[in-house]
Amino acid sequence: MSDSLVQARGLRKRFGEFEAVRGIDIDVRAGEVFGFLGPNGAGKSSTMRMIACVSPRSDGELQVLGMDPDVDGPQIRARLGVVPQQDNLDVELSVRDNLHVYGRYFGMSRAAVRVKATELLDFVQLTDRADDPVEQLSGGMKRRLTIARSLVNDPELMLLDEPTTGLDPQARHLLWDRLFRLKQHGATLIITTHYMDEAEQLCDRLVVMDGGLIVAEGSPQELITRYSTREVLELRFPPGAEASWPETLRDLADRVEQLPDRLLLYAADGEAVLAAAHRRGVQPTSTLVRRSTLEDVFLRLTGRSLVH
Amino acid sequence: MSALRELSREFDARRAGLLVRVLPPGLYAGRARMLVMRSALASRSVWLAIVSGFFEPLFYLIAMGQGLGSLVGTVSGPSGQQLSYAAFIAPGLLATSAMNGAIYDSTFSFFIKLKYAKLYDAMLATPLGPVDIALGEIGWALLRGGMYSAGFLGVMLTIGLISSPWALLALPAALFVASAFASIGIAATSFMRSWQDFDLVQLAVVPMFLFSATFFPLSVYPSAVQWLVQAFPLYHAVSLIRSLTTGVAGWSALGHVTYFVVMATVGFMVASRRLTTLLLR
Repeated sequence: MSDSLVQARGLRKRFGEFEAVRGIDIDVRAGEVFGFLGPNGAGKSSTMRMIACVSPRSDGELQVLGMDPDVDGPQIRARLGVVPQQDNLDVELSVRDNLHVYGRYFGMSRAAVRVKATELLDFVQLTDRADDPVEQLSGGMKRRLTIARSLVNDPELMLLDEPTTGLDPQARHLLWDRLFRLKQHGATLIITTHYMDEAEQLCDRLVVMDGGLIVAEGSPQELITRYSTREVLELRFPPGAEASWPETLRDLADRVEQLPDRLLLYAADGEAVLAAAHRRGVQPTSTLVRRSTLEDVFLRLTGRSLVH
Repeated sequence: MSALRELSREFDARRAGLLVRVLPPGLYAGRARMLVMRSALASRSVWLAIVSGFFEPLFYLIAMGQGLGSLVGTVSGPSGQQLSYAAFIAPGLLATSAMNGAIYDSTFSFFIKLKYAKLYDAMLATPLGPVDIALGEIGWALLRGGMYSAGFLGVMLTIGLISSPWALLALPAALFVASAFASIGIAATSFMRSWQDFDLVQLAVVPMFLFSATFFPLSVYPSAVQWLVQAFPLYHAVSLIRSLTTGVAGWSALGHVTYFVVMATVGFMVASRRLTTLLLR
């Protein structure tokens, strides 16, 4: 047995005729933040549910914390912290009681859970809302409470399914900050996301999923180096005017992608390509030279942009 | 106190041992009582709704027992003895309150927690399994039915509608009734898809309440209909509790208790299986 906290080989999940996960291999090592990146329907959540021991696998091998979810589900779950895609806080209870009751489900004593709840409320900055009903919290606060709840049992492995989807930028940054602190304290995190910036900020290593398969794997920087160029030149044109330009510009860049509203030219030196394009008489309405991101990797791998 | 806790933990562990043998592994953590604790905590915010459940059978008792009863006079009890109409219907209302208390939490509340609040999905991110959930929710519904029954029994005692010390056993009897209805309620609700399906609950509960020899003796019906009525679970509940509060308990009581044990067991098995299918998909 390796030192992987999660090890999957040929892992599959079928729902009737539909195969959501079509044979994937994963190794998540202790202390790393591991990301599943992909659009909706890529099979990320199905994979997460199998790792969380709430969805029996259809085929393949899976070990979580060295145990088999089919046999030792409750023992594994006792050592996991799960943040689901949709908040499922107990709306009939107060903020503090949510943590209390959850700790008791893990078999913690009343005294232990009291100490832990106070500590966690402080960590997610909800101490002053401790006695409020959950329903009065904002979306970001509910998310933070869900994260606090997932930490109540001092989990060895945390599973976060789209932790910041639907939050405003400020709430997202606050959440990232908390997750980053957990990472610094040595926690092992598995995150699914369809936000590129989230993956780049948090993940040490990630896999890109599409159609139930892993299409690429590596650190964010490795993936960018392997599948994209150092820089990208973005050209925007008035609607309908961009159609003829790709042919004119194709030889200037390593690769050209045409999106509905803009043209992306991949090259090591974006400014040089822009100057050459101007010399050829291209007149975009706006231009932008930027570094490659995971978004570009995804576009290259799947031919589709990730966030529409 | 801590000795008691030790004991209950040991009890849980033994029960876990027994259940593990009859159910697939990984579905039971032996912590069903944590769900009961959770429900008790949650009930504090809806205490008014809970308290109102005490009054419903009381209103029936006043309206029918005192009001209608003044026209009816006396009625023949289980062994032919003459009873005031109030003393005749009170055990029927007691049985009904045990049923209603158990039905409410095991149908409407359970449906909300299952489909909308996703409460059980959250629980399955802990060691708890579907069997803990089934047992815990049945336990709470049973407790609520039991509380209503105890309250109503107190009222019966106060206004002199109890004529036998056997009535002491009416409370455990009501717990059997409540656990059977709670189990069946959870099992049935696990099959429901939308709120429209809950009309079926009303369709089952209301006629049962009216026709299970609650307000008049079984002998009123022609014999063919008597068979039908005797198939209703509430009929058995009413007969059992009436025999206890009027002091004519016999071996037939064991027959009624058996009915509820079977009903509770079947309900619990179906509920556990359905929850496993719904939650671990």
